[in-house]
Amino acid sequence: MVPISDPAVSNQPVTLQDNQLHLSVQNLGCIRGGRPVIENISFELQGGKALVVTGPNGIGKSSLLRTLAGLVKAHAGSMMLEGGEDDLTVGQQAHYFGHTDAIKPAMTCREILKFWQVYYGHPARSPFQAMIEVGIEDLIDLPAAYLSAGQRRRLSLARLLVSTRPLWLLDEPTSALDKTSEHQLEVLMAEHLSEGGLIIAATHAPLGLVDPLRLHLDRNHTAAPEPEDAPDDETGH
Amino acid sequence: MSAMGALFVRDLKLSVRIGGGALMGVLFFLIVVTIFPFAVGPDLNLLSRIGPAILWIGALLATLLSLDRLFQADQEDGTLDLLLLGEHPLELVVLVKCAAQWISTGLPLVIATPLLSLFLNIEPVGIAAVTATLMVGTPALTLIGAVGAALTVILRRGGLLLSILILPLTIPVLIFGVSAALGAVTDPAPFDTPFYILCGLSLLYLVIGPVAAAAALRSAQE
Repeated sequence: MVPISDPAVSNQPVTLQDNQLHLSVQNLGCIRGGRPVIENISFELQGGKALVVTGPNGIGKSSLLRTLAGLVKAHAGSMMLEGGEDDLTVGQQAHYFGHTDAIKPAMTCREILKFWQVYYGHPARSPFQAMIEVGIEDLIDLPAAYLSAGQRRRLSLARLLVSTRPLWLLDEPTSALDKTSEHQLEVLMAEHLSEGGLIIAATHAPLGLVDPLRLHLDRNHTAAPEPEDAPDDETGH
Repeated sequence: MSAMGALFVRDLKLSVRIGGGALMGVLFFLIVVTIFPFAVGPDLNLLSRIGPAILWIGALLATLLSLDRLFQADQEDGTLDLLLLGEHPLELVVLVKCAAQWISTGLPLVIATPLLSLFLNIEPVGIAAVTATLMVGTPALTLIGAVGAALTVILRRGGLLLSILILPLTIPVLIFGVSAALGAVTDPAPFDTPFYILCGLSLLYLVIGPVAAAAALRSAQE
């Protein structure tokens, strides 16, 4: 009943550049509702690179992200984040930014961000700084009930900034965002990549990422990522 | 503050701010307990004999009513997904949520019990006994209820199903809680034996509850 402090949650700021990260996904498959929604997904992603997952509705983009996060059990294949912390799963080193905002109307923005910062550990920006980054710092002490849909989305985005996690899993990150916020998102993603982080985004909209890998899912589920550009010189491991 | 401490404080804050959790539970408890004498009639001896049972049933129903949102609120807005990505085992998360739930809904019932016991003409020793049994018994009710709340987390109207699933499992707790409280006031029957068994049951559910509820939550994510 008494809260237990966990030594694994360090209060030291973590910089991602210390280790070169490398996400390796092999033959990943998952079954939901008795039918395979994703099959045989394989890709390699180096630290500092982004992967954009595209494809028609219902093809399994969200399922892929949820499987990577560990929210849906992978029925086949493996995934590993080399250079990360060995005793944590890929999901425990990932920020998941999904369709739901996970915002409690009864709490203020500051309380919400503070909670996630302490819960996830590895604090990065303060809640106020994170709110500045997403451009809604004047709302910080307002109960989240008064936020508009776009503001809720931005507050949810600010959650990614208060604690350091190397992998960002973004599911339709631009939905409900206006042009200004989209630009802010681009800047934040570029910054995360420049620090050596990884981004996997499922999207229909262009995200303004520089040279992302692309993974197009289609009906035969045998998609493979095609590099858009010459392979980079990072070796990983 | 540690991660689990933050979760505990967050859940307490939410239960206080939304719907005044503690007050509603206590009011419901009060209504149930005051309704019984109207049904039973003005027989004070009968009332004092069945008083502990009435209090236990009232506490049981009040606990159940507040439980259906334990995980559902977090499931609906996506918070549960994010809690699952934490570095802590889900079992611990469940245990901490149950602790906050008990503090905000179970403990107020225990505190209200001495007052409500007076309504039922229970003698002082009996009041102390029934309060003590509820003190150790209501955590067990919350922990069993957590399993039901986890199983019904994705159902829109899981409240009724939750009760149907959970009430049979609470029977042992009810039996030993009431018999300990009665044992304190009726002579040959012992207080301590059923009371210790009740303590044992609470400890048992302390272990089983979080593990079972965490398993149910994981499968609900699929």
